Amino acid sequence: MSTVPGSAAAPDIDLPQLEKSLRHPRTLFSACMSVLTGLMALAAMIPLISVLLMLIVRGGERLSIALFTELPPAAGMDGGGIGNAVLGTLQIVAIATLISVPLGILAAVYLAEFGPESRTAATVRFVAKVLTGLPSILAGVFAYTAVVVLTGTFSAPAGGLALALLMLPTVLLTSEEALRMVPLRMREAALGMGATRTQLVWQVLLPTARPGILTGVMLAVARAAGETAPLLFTALFSDYWLTRNPMEPTPSLAVLIYEFSSSPFPNQVEIAWAASLVLVAIVLVANILGQVLARRQVHK
Amino acid sequence: MTEPESIARPPTRGEMLRDRWFRGLTFGLAWLVILTVVLVVWQIATAARPAIENYGLDPITTTQWDGKTHFGFLAQIWGTLYSSILGVALGGLFGVAVAIFLTQDFIPPRAELVLKNVVELLAAIPSVVYGLWGIFVVIPAIRPACNWLHTHLGWFPLFNTRLVGPGLLPAALVLAIMVLPTVTAISRDSLAAVPSRLREAAFGLGATRWETILAVILPTAARGVWGSIILAFGRALGETMALAMLVGNTPVMEWSVFSPADTLAALLANKFPEASRTEVGVLMYAALVLLGITLLVNMAGAWIVSKTSVSLTGGVK
Repeated sequence: MSTVPGSAAAPDIDLPQLEKSLRHPRTLFSACMSVLTGLMALAAMIPLISVLLMLIVRGGERLSIALFTELPPAAGMDGGGIGNAVLGTLQIVAIATLISVPLGILAAVYLAEFGPESRTAATVRFVAKVLTGLPSILAGVFAYTAVVVLTGTFSAPAGGLALALLMLPTVLLTSEEALRMVPLRMREAALGMGATRTQLVWQVLLPTARPGILTGVMLAVARAAGETAPLLFTALFSDYWLTRNPMEPTPSLAVLIYEFSSSPFPNQVEIAWAASLVLVAIVLVANILGQVLARRQVHK
Repeated sequence: MTEPESIARPPTRGEMLRDRWFRGLTFGLAWLVILTVVLVVWQIATAARPAIENYGLDPITTTQWDGKTHFGFLAQIWGTLYSSILGVALGGLFGVAVAIFLTQDFIPPRAELVLKNVVELLAAIPSVVYGLWGIFVVIPAIRPACNWLHTHLGWFPLFNTRLVGPGLLPAALVLAIMVLPTVTAISRDSLAAVPSRLREAAFGLGATRWETILAVILPTAARGVWGSIILAFGRALGETMALAMLVGNTPVMEWSVFSPADTLAALLANKFPEASRTEVGVLMYAALVLLGITLLVNMAGAWIVSKTSVSLTGGVK
């Protein structure tokens, strides 16, 4: 940089000024900010590492067959497991999926295919966005007034309805997105051969969009499995195995973790950590399945 | 030689009928989605009405709750807003920093991908697990530092109580972690969408990397960044479990970030399962207030986003 052609023609430019040096306040400021942001980005990774480490160390201690075959320990008792809570979570999430997935996908078919520009579609999209911002505990309050008060008992369907409300916007919006991704030439080919729009939906759109729709379903399931607040006063909890009758309080992993987290008994706290490990494993598996399916989606 | 039979043919009458029936079904289900949301608001509002008629504005202007005649939840409203503001301030700061770090060529693309996935994983952890982690990791970890601050800077209103266990700060820290992925994901998208000619022009004028980021990139992406922060605020207001487990569930109104507090969502979570009939009515009132606040914030967010977009991008897309 010491000899630059033409430097003599512009003598008032201070050439060394063009070099990057930390002695200049401007470059010093820039370098400091870079270091600071880098540190903040590193700091943002600490919580995840800490959570996963704690789950493996404290939850892993209790990982055994007994954890899945025994009932939660009573206060002050040793041993025990989370068998009923695992089954309860599966039951409640299955009910929620049965309600939200058909409703979400068929409503998405209307949004993507039958009336994409209609006022109904615009309203559905708007309320779906409102639902996304609905605090999860209010879904529980709704299920309480709609099911628990009417049937007079805390039950798995009440919890399932609350979770379905939280799954619905995810299923609906991702399904619409996936249906819209189906290449136009495939639609035109089907319609050109004389298929009705219904045949188009069932034989072309839904099969083609299936990976994308399943991604949305898996993400919604992952979210629902970890939700606690909507279950607190809908499914409640139970220390016993599930019976044939779904209309009674149903245990779940999430509520078990909440109940045992504040327990003064070390054994119950250990069970809470083990349950957290199992819950996070379920949620992560559902998430990863969703990601894998997303890669198989056909693009326009 | 016969021509191969074509599968193309006009639809039969039955198929046409089935088509009309199916279209009607999907239309009906689309309306069912709308009705469900209307029903949610209507149910909560009607359940809250008796309590509103009975107690008027008392619950939202007083703090005493004795379970019989006094049902004040002003302290919970305060705690909801204060904890969310603290959490979003922290989470927003870190979230935007991570978003900048991810988009401004600080690290190789492969490292960017790893960091992006780590941040997205944060969103997958259930809030009750964060609550458990907060109780057993965050509170013991920050307690010595907090109490040192209280002893040495106790005159400062934010530090004028001791951290005995659960409190606003641990709750806000965990909230910050929970909203960070939201802030980062949306901010990242809008920062990445800034046209590179703007950055090149700034560099060409001799701006340093951070002068470019602060004076050109961030203002251009302001719409998405603010949008992400408001969205995160809406999420923080309704978050229940992490707060019910970490905030201390004590209805007091203090400026100190080490003081325990309570929030509307935590109040519902704690009181609802064993509430008496009168209490359920008032809890519905609290639920309606929470619904109102979250709706208001989400709409205010949409309004701010629409205001900032045009003025700051100057029409450049």
